Amino acid sequence: MRTLELRGVSKVYGEGTTEVHALRAVNLSVEAGEMVAVMGPSGSGKSTLLTIAGSLEQPTTGEVLVGGEALAAMSRNGRARLRRRAIGYVFQDFNLLAGFTAAENVALPLELDGISAKAARVAAMRALDELGLTDRAARYPDELSGGERQRVAIARAVVGDRQLLLADEPSGALDSINAEAVMRLVHTACRQGMAGVVVTHDAQLASWADRVVFLRDGRVIDQTAPAAGPDSLLEPSSKR
Amino acid sequence: MGVKHALLALLSEGPKYGLQLRQEFESRTGEVWPLNVGQVYTTLQRLERDGLVESDDDTDAGPQKGFRITTDGERELAAWLRTPPDLSAPPRDELVMKVLVAFGVPGIDVHEVIQAHRRYGVELMQQWTHLKEDAAEHEVGLALAVDAELFRLDSVVRWLDAADARMRRAQTEPRVAPAGPPLRVRRRVGVQR
Repeated sequence: MRTLELRGVSKVYGEGTTEVHALRAVNLSVEAGEMVAVMGPSGSGKSTLLTIAGSLEQPTTGEVLVGGEALAAMSRNGRARLRRRAIGYVFQDFNLLAGFTAAENVALPLELDGISAKAARVAAMRALDELGLTDRAARYPDELSGGERQRVAIARAVVGDRQLLLADEPSGALDSINAEAVMRLVHTACRQGMAGVVVTHDAQLASWADRVVFLRDGRVIDQTAPAAGPDSLLEPSSKR
Repeated sequence: MGVKHALLALLSEGPKYGLQLRQEFESRTGEVWPLNVGQVYTTLQRLERDGLVESDDDTDAGPQKGFRITTDGERELAAWLRTPPDLSAPPRDELVMKVLVAFGVPGIDVHEVIQAHRRYGVELMQQWTHLKEDAAEHEVGLALAVDAELFRLDSVVRWLDAADARMRRAQTEPRVAPAGPPLRVRRRVGVQR
């Protein structure tokens, strides 16, 4: 199933002489269960692509479909509901609410969506448990390490029945071992059926993805071939 | 590659047979560097000749022949572990050469050349990462060996990113002629092989 589809998406900020083309006719499809990384330098349009895919912004031209439904055809409320129910976001700086515990942060999007506090709490605890954070549930963000905060943010992004996981430099300032743990979790969420898009300029993070798309000046210029099996690396006869 | 010293390291834990050494070498390095039995025995013979290991008796090297490290071997191993390999003189890197040369070739878009290499680098990194992902948590040797490859390839991709950006800037900004006579310093870095 195609969870996310961008068809000829362009985004222009400003007008006339100050016009900036952030995206130019971008086509991108992500299947359920697939993790795609979008790589490119600063200013290549990576973050714009993510906010448009997550319906936080509208494209200037082109279409965005989530779960087969065109965002432009939905009402404002319909899009807000989709953001609460179907899409999870992970940002570089975690964006956890300081006055709420880890469990409350994870339960919040469900409660905002009208789910009872009790049911939301159960789902939140399950998500935290899967990420090995059960004993951190009652802690506040400032009582957690950077790696733990980002794992809570991932729990919040996958809680409930979400289809699409969008992450912007999700391992931001974490050291390489914590960064790897974050990417492992994102990849596992995708294995379990979510479609994932991770934007990053870091090749080590991008290499967790099933497919890497290269963005440059708002255009998709290239992408990696479907990954060959790891065994091909270990053939003694292979030319290396 | 330091097979000789890797075998000394394994023997520092206690006496071992040749076949056992091979298996332990491979599992310790995550089976990323395959080693054939012949290589193990020739290396052991050389170590024995140099007095760094001794064997049970004078019979031919076979699966039943045990080896142990000597005091000289232990000294050699300790010195080797602390000696940094020579990283001071970079080899002529073929990839660097291609990109430097592509900059001036008519009809060639150097950014396209860079992207071809970048894609290949990232594809290799994906394969290594998938290998690490499939590995069990206790396979530390494998994770270490894969990390070494990932960091090496990552530095290649980062250099390509930097080269890409630097050449874009050079192409868009007008060249300013340097004041004074041209610099005639012959740079010594990178000319050794």
